[in-house]
Amino acid sequence: MQKTYYDPADLKNFGKISDWNSSLGEKFFDYYNSVFKEGALSAREKSLIALAVAHTIQCPYCIDAYTGDGLQRGITKEEMMEALHVAGAIRGGASLVHGVQMMSKVNKLEM
Amino acid sequence: MIKSLKRRESELANAEKQLELLSNGIFAQGELPTFKESIHKSGHFPLKPKSLEILQINVGYMCNQVCKHCHVDAGPDRKEIMAKEIMSQCLEILKNTSAHTLDLTGGAPEMNPNFRWFVEEASKIGVRDIIVRSNLTIMRANKKYYDLPAFFKEHNIHVVSSMPHWTRGKTDKQRGEGVFDQSIKALKALNKIGYGLKDSPLKLDLVYNPSGAFLPGDQASMELDFKKALMEDFGIQFHNLFALTNLPISRFLDYLLASENYEDYMYNLVEAFNPAAVENVMCTNTISVSWDGYLYDCDFNQMLHLPVNGKVKHVSEYNEAILQNREIVISQHCYGCTAGAGSSCQGSVA
Repeated sequence: MQKTYYDPADLKNFGKISDWNSSLGEKFFDYYNSVFKEGALSAREKSLIALAVAHTIQCPYCIDAYTGDGLQRGITKEEMMEALHVAGAIRGGASLVHGVQMMSKVNKLEM
Repeated sequence: MIKSLKRRESELANAEKQLELLSNGIFAQGELPTFKESIHKSGHFPLKPKSLEILQINVGYMCNQVCKHCHVDAGPDRKEIMAKEIMSQCLEILKNTSAHTLDLTGGAPEMNPNFRWFVEEASKIGVRDIIVRSNLTIMRANKKYYDLPAFFKEHNIHVVSSMPHWTRGKTDKQRGEGVFDQSIKALKALNKIGYGLKDSPLKLDLVYNPSGAFLPGDQASMELDFKKALMEDFGIQFHNLFALTNLPISRFLDYLLASENYEDYMYNLVEAFNPAAVENVMCTNTISVSWDGYLYDCDFNQMLHLPVNGKVKHVSEYNEAILQNREIVISQHCYGCTAGAGSSCQGSVA
């Protein structure tokens, strides 16, 4: 039995997801590849967004992929870390903003 | 400043040891196809030359920089320098063949004491494009080099300069402390006399190569990013950016092994193998000459001591007809020139 849930080698085989359902798999990859093309946002900006999201959803495959992608695009480690702090701020903020609900509830319940 | 592999007496200073590493392990075990197997499958084996366009001459391994990735293992402690006699024989080749481009490389080619004489002579015989691969900092290294930009302009030299990134941190990490600031000063000096300006005939191109174990991104996008950043930060202009892949030899191979990136990097190169890039790799229209006059299919084969196939081995016995019939020498490092959009000293090839 495999001893870990994640294997870095699995990333290379991502495309094989289409093997058991080529129709849906191909639709996904068509969509995926279209998303990352140059558009109103540059491919470089999209790579940074992907890196930040990867950390938010804690996907180790995506972190590997978009760290490598960023380096290939000449993105600096300082830019990558700033993108992560954006993810961290939103993630932290998302917890804290619920504090308003908590405060309202406390205010309602307390004398 | 780090020392060359040769000075450190590293086993990787030995070309045979490098070739052994590149042939064994993951390739011998069949985990990855050899380069020969890959080009065989794509119908490109044997790799044959087209007509000669570029004579690339390595005029010496001496350099004022010691870059971490250097495939030449160049540095201040390397003393190999091309003699005037060999240069004269190279000029004869330029006179008598279809080669229209002279591509001078090193080390820092400007450090060869006969460099200026060689350029002047090549200029006199009307070579269409004389390229000098400059590390930029040499123009600021010593007063005797301060007039190099003017010398380049006088002979209409095509300057191709190394610049791994538009930020100080990434550049200095790869090429040495202070290299970025000196490179910026040199680029400003070149711009000041007309190099790199829009519509200027004084060509100034930059060479980007990744600062680590990853492949270069899209050349056109990288060029836009470089142009925007260098203009906004320093008011610097240049013409084209050549994005090169680091080949797994010499100091870059040493880095790959020490950082335990070697196997992953080879997997990346093999995975990115692009049959379309094979048709335009530099070895098909170039002859590379070493400081001591020996002939190679490319600068990388030169560093691996893999001379051209066939009877003709040296500039003193140069014979175009015999060389045209040769089979180009290949090994696993050739995956570096055929990954993605392909890579040669002239940038992407596909």
